[in-house]
Amino acid sequence: MKLGKRISIECSHAASLAVKLANVDVVAAYPITPQTHIIERLAEYVANGELDAEYVNVESEHSALSACIGASAVGARVYTSTAGQGLALMHEMLFIASGNRLPIVMGVANRSLSPNLNIWGDQSDMMASRDCGWIQIYAENAQEIFDHTLQAFKIAEDERVLLPVAVCFDGFHVTHVIEPLITLDQEEVDRFLPKHRRAIYRLTPDQPSTWGPVASPDVQTELKVQNEWALNSSKDVILEVWREFSDLFDRRYTPLEVYRVEDADAAILILGGFAGTARIAVDKMREEGKKIGLIKLRLYRPFPMQEAKDVLSKVKAVAVVDRAISAGGLGGPVYGDVRNVLYDVERRPAVLSFIAGLGGRDITVKDFMKIGERALEAADKGRSGPVVNFIQVRM
Amino acid sequence: MADSKPTVKNLPIAGIIFTPGSAKEYNTGSFRSQKPILEAKLCTKCGMCWVYCPDGAVFVNSEGMYEVDLKYCKGCGICVEECARKAIKMVDEEEM
Amino acid sequence: MASQTFRSIKEVPLEEYFTPGHRACQGCAEAIAVRHVLKAAGRDVIVVNATGCLEVVSTPYPYTAWAVPWYHVAFENTAAVASGIESALKVLRRKRLVADKKIHVVCFAGDGGTADIGFQALSGALERGHDFLYVCLDNEAYMNTGIQRSSSTPYGAWTTTSPPGKVKPAGQMTYKKDLPSIFAAHGIPYVATATVSYPLDLINKAKKGLDVEGPAYLHIYTPCPPGWRIPSEKVIQVSRLGVQTGMFLIYEAEKGHLRLTVKPSRRKPVAEYLKMQGRFRHLSDEDVEKIQRFVDERCAKFGLPPLEAST
Ligand SMILES: Cc1ncc(C[n+]2csc(CCOP(=O)(O)OP(=O)(O)O)c2C)c(N)n1
Ligand code: SF4
Ligand code: SF4
Ligand code: SF4
Ligand SMILES: [Mg+2]
Repeated sequence: MKLGKRISIECSHAASLAVKLANVDVVAAYPITPQTHIIERLAEYVANGELDAEYVNVESEHSALSACIGASAVGARVYTSTAGQGLALMHEMLFIASGNRLPIVMGVANRSLSPNLNIWGDQSDMMASRDCGWIQIYAENAQEIFDHTLQAFKIAEDERVLLPVAVCFDGFHVTHVIEPLITLDQEEVDRFLPKHRRAIYRLTPDQPSTWGPVASPDVQTELKVQNEWALNSSKDVILEVWREFSDLFDRRYTPLEVYRVEDADAAILILGGFAGTARIAVDKMREEGKKIGLIKLRLYRPFPMQEAKDVLSKVKAVAVVDRAISAGGLGGPVYGDVRNVLYDVERRPAVLSFIAGLGGRDITVKDFMKIGERALEAADKGRSGPVVNFIQVRM
Repeated sequence: MADSKPTVKNLPIAGIIFTPGSAKEYNTGSFRSQKPILEAKLCTKCGMCWVYCPDGAVFVNSEGMYEVDLKYCKGCGICVEECARKAIKMVDEEEM
Repeated sequence: MASQTFRSIKEVPLEEYFTPGHRACQGCAEAIAVRHVLKAAGRDVIVVNATGCLEVVSTPYPYTAWAVPWYHVAFENTAAVASGIESALKVLRRKRLVADKKIHVVCFAGDGGTADIGFQALSGALERGHDFLYVCLDNEAYMNTGIQRSSSTPYGAWTTTSPPGKVKPAGQMTYKKDLPSIFAAHGIPYVATATVSYPLDLINKAKKGLDVEGPAYLHIYTPCPPGWRIPSEKVIQVSRLGVQTGMFLIYEAEKGHLRLTVKPSRRKPVAEYLKMQGRFRHLSDEDVEKIQRFVDERCAKFGLPPLEAST
C-alpha cells in the first residue's frame, strides 16, 4: 500500500483533479456559481493537453446533461457538474440519465434555489431532485470530494449498476475552501479504476439497437421497477468499491459515519460539509458531560436503511438538520426519510426536524449546541416536539 | 415477439430494443379499407410508386417487377395518384 | 465536395433502414422523408429523434422501425444529445476505442422540436460546429399532440390552438418563422430545403449534408393528411404545389452561397395550394391575397419569377 502525496487545494479543484485522473472522454458543462471553478479547471486541463477529452461548451445545463447522455450512450466516460438553478434546469434529463442506465458522474455544488436569487449554499437543489434515480453521495471536504468522484466512475460503470452518480458538496462552505488533500498519481488511480470505460450496452452501427422507445402502460411499471431494483442493489457494489479503495489507499468510507454515538443519549444527523462544525459542537458538549453524538449521512440514495436503523435504535433522540425545506409542513426532506425508516423499529428514538443553513447562512457551533440540547431534552422526555424547528429565523 | 407479458427481470435493460427493424413483424395492412392493384403489363418500372410509398410497401420482386406488399400497405393511394402510367388502381378490399 | 450524387431513382439504394410496419398515418410524408434521408446515410449512422410523431409511430415497445441505431431522449434537446454523441465518437475514435470509421450523426425533429422548444439547443450545437446532419420535418404544427400551432405554422392555417374565430378570423395570425435563413445565419457549411415531391433533390441534399464537414441543416416540408386536412393520396401533389406556388422555396446554401435547386418556370397562384387543404378553408379572399403578397415578396428575394410573368 502506497500513499499519495499531500497537497493543498481548493475543494472545487479536488473534483477537477479527480476527473482528470479518471481520464474522462467527454466533459459537457455550463458555468454557475459555486460550481464554476470545477469546470474552468477542466477546461484548462483539456486546453493544455493534460486531459485528452472533448470539452463541449454547451449553451445550458439542460444541454450539458443532454450531451452527457448522448456521449454516455455511445460508450464514453463523461462528467458534468452544476448547482442550484442549473440542476433545476436539468431536472427532466436527470430521470432520463438514470432511466436509460447511463453511468454519468456529476458534481453538484449544492446551492439554494431561486427565488430570490442567491448563489450561496444549501441543499434545496438536490433535495428537489432526490427521486431522480441517481446514486447520491454527500462529501464533506476536499479529500472526500476527490475520493468519491474517483469512486463514482467505478461504481457507475460497474455492469451490476449502470447508473449515474451525483457527488454533492456544499457550495462555498466547501467548494471555495482550500484544504489539504492526499492525492493519487495516475499509476495509483489506474490500479483502482480501469483506464477506459467498457460499455456493454452502447449505440453502435455494428449492433443497431433502439433506445428510448415508447412504453405503454403494459411495460412502464416493470421498467420503473427495474430501475428501482438497480438503484437499491447498487449499494452492495458501492460498499465493495469503498472496500477496495480502502484496501488500496487506506481511506475507509461507510454509508453513515458515526461520531461519539456509542454511548450517546441523542445524536445530530446531517449530510455534507457542516458535519465538521457539528463535530466541534459535539466535542464541546461532551466536555460538559452531555451525551451527544453525530451521524453524518454520506450515502443518501440508495438510502442505507439497515445501517440507519442499527445506529439510530441506539439513541433515544435524533435531531435531523436539513439545509432544505420539504414544502407543506413536513419538515426537512432528510427528516422525512429518517422518520420513515424508523417507523417500524421497535426501540425508535424521538426524531426532531431542524432547518438551518438556508441560502448560505452559516450554521455555527452554537447553533449545533442548541440543536444538541433540544435533542437531549427530547431524549429525556421521550417526545419529539414540533414537527419542524426553524432555529435561525427572525420571526 | 414475446407472447407472454414482460416482467421486470426479462425486460431488456432500460427497455432497449435489440432487434433492429422488428416493426416488420407488425401488420399495418389492417389500416386499409381499399387496396392497390398493380397491373404489371402497364408498368414501365419507373420506380416512382416505390419512392413515394410512406410505408416501404412497394418492392421489387424476384422477377424484377414492382409489387405491393399487402402486409404493410395502408392503402393511402399515393402510388395510384403518382403512377404516370395509371398502372395502379384502388379497389375495395373484398374485390379483386 | 466529394459527395457522390444519385443521378436517378434507379441509383437510390433499395435497402430500407426505416422499415415497414411503422404506425404513421396513411400518406405520412414524414415517413417518406425519413426513408430517403436514411438511404443517403447508409448503415454507419446513429439517429437521434426528438419526441413527436416520428418517434411515437416508429417505436411502440417492443417494435422498432429502425434498422440503424436510434436514440430518443426528449423533445427539446435532440441537437444537444447529438453534440454529445458526435463529441464522444470523435474522442473514442482518437483513442482507438471504437472502429476507425466515420459514423454519421443524424437528428430528426419536427417543426415544433426545431422552431420552438429545441431552438436553443440547435442554435448552440450549430454554433459549436459539431459534425452532424439536423433534419427538420416540417408539417407546420405539433401533430403528435393533436395539431397545435407552432411558430412554423403558416399565416392563415387552422390548428386547434389557432382556431379561426370572430376576433382572429385567419386562425394563425403570424407568419411562419424562417428557420433555414436563421440557421444559415449561423454560418454553417450547409443549409438546404427540400420536400417529398422532389425525392432525388431531397436525397442528394441529405447526402451533401452528411458529407460536408461540420453541421448541416436540412429543412423538409412534409405534408400531413390529418393535420392539413388533405386526402392521403394528395400528399405528393400538395407538396408539389407548395413548390410550384412558391410557398416552399427549394434551395441550398453551401458556405453561404445560395442556389435554388427546384425553380418552377411558371409560378402558380397560392390559391391553388390553399384550396386543396381543409386547414385554409375559412380564409377570406383578402386573406388569400395577403398570403399571395407575402409569397411574392419572398419569391422576389430568392430570385423566383414574379407571378404575372409566369402565368
Ligand atoms: C418538454 C415537453 N413538452 C411538451 C411535450 C409534448 N409534446 C410531445 S410531441 C409534441 C409536438 C411535436 O410537434 P413537432 O415537433 O412539430 O413534431 P410532429 O409531431 O408534428 O412531427 C409535444 C407538444 C413533450 N413531450 N415534452
Ligand atoms: S409508378 Fe407505375 S409505372 Fe412506375 S413502377 Fe410504379 S406501377 Fe410501374
Ligand atoms: S397505397 Fe400507399 S401504402 Fe399502399 S403501396 Fe401505395 S403508396 Fe404504399
Ligand atoms: S399526424 Fe401527420 S405527421 Fe403525424 S403520423 Fe400522421 S401523417 Fe404523419
Ligand atoms: Mg410538426
